[in-house]
Amino acid sequence: MKANTPIERLFNGIVKENPTLVLLLGMCPTLAVTTSAINGAGMGLTTTAVLMFSNAIISALRKIIPDRVRIPAYIVIVASLVTIVQFLLEAYLPSLNASLGLYIPLIVVNCIILGRAESYAAKNPVVPSFFDGIGMGLGFTCSLTVLGACREILGAGQIFGIQILPEGISITIFILAPGAFLVLAFLIAIMNRVNRKKAEKAGKAYEPIQGCGDCQNCSNGKCSSKFYDTDVK
Amino acid sequence: MKELLLIAIGSALVNNVVLSQFLGLCPFLGVSKKIETAGGMGAAVIFVITIASFLTSLINKFVLVTTNTEYLQTIVFILVIACLVQFVEMFLKKSMPSLYEALGVYLPLITTNCAVLGVALTNVQSSYSILESVVNGLGISVGFTIAIVVLAGIREQMEYNDVPESFKGMPIVLLAACLMSIAFFGFSGLI
Repeated sequence: MKANTPIERLFNGIVKENPTLVLLLGMCPTLAVTTSAINGAGMGLTTTAVLMFSNAIISALRKIIPDRVRIPAYIVIVASLVTIVQFLLEAYLPSLNASLGLYIPLIVVNCIILGRAESYAAKNPVVPSFFDGIGMGLGFTCSLTVLGACREILGAGQIFGIQILPEGISITIFILAPGAFLVLAFLIAIMNRVNRKKAEKAGKAYEPIQGCGDCQNCSNGKCSSKFYDTDVK
Repeated sequence: MKELLLIAIGSALVNNVVLSQFLGLCPFLGVSKKIETAGGMGAAVIFVITIASFLTSLINKFVLVTTNTEYLQTIVFILVIACLVQFVEMFLKKSMPSLYEALGVYLPLITTNCAVLGVALTNVQSSYSILESVVNGLGISVGFTIAIVVLAGIREQMEYNDVPESFKGMPIVLLAACLMSIAFFGFSGLI
């Protein structure tokens, strides 16, 4: 696939570099709001909206922002966008706003956003950056929805609010805090297994998913050699 | 006094910031390979969160509320936190080099630690007074330190375990966190 085309960026964000399951970024909202599939999807789409505009704006301003103050500049841009989105949600989707609560303003410190700004938008033109934001956002949305759906089925016997299992056989702990860790552990283990089989088939070395460690390192590009493929191979 | 104690215990143990509020997970999962580094990270977090909750509640009370611009909270708080971290770094480097050596490497990681912004926003949402905010911040950061040091201890032990191939790396760490989270449920009867 040709690098930096809109389609390639979408594929990259949703599958190849899925922010939650491959890069392990943005863990806080991932675990906190996925008590149901709807909440997960809502959080994912809200983040997508912020991410695509922040990527586009940062990319448009990349030649104007001086290198030394770029992180504070990015934070201000992202924080303004988040505030706008928060007011839109408050006005038009009050129920979603209530269930996501504190985690909406916390999108500002979501590693995915600063990480993408630093490692992609700051180096690439506006259109690919915009699509990179959409791709990463949708990848985030997909994994949050899957995680939310798993927890909702196991914990409440429902999916998207529709009762599918008879009441009384659900395991409540899955919608409580420990369930979040448990389900994510199994999802990543499945990803590990898929990657391992793939690597074996191709005869390449396989490395388990480790996560980048800390957000700042991701955005400083230290992880870029390992996880991000900004200098596309 | 009793209320302050309740806030501190509540935020440190009962509603543990990492294990039940899910704030600050990136450093929790990323910087917990060794007890030593986990302790350093925890100390730096205690330092920054306590000062940050004091400053943000001060600014909220005397600037944002008086000028009726509470809608700027997110932007103002994150800027205050980013500047604060920079200042603390410079201050420690100049005047307390020994402390800087212990905590310095962790400071840049803290700006994007969502626990810091999370605490600032919770303080405002639960309309805590300035003293209550500081106590809440202290409690939350102590809770973070307890959680990350315990996880680091578990991970050091797990080095030698025979983990199923697919669970190597992050999954086994998440499973350990899951069990810790269940254990911390035991504190819920405390208050």
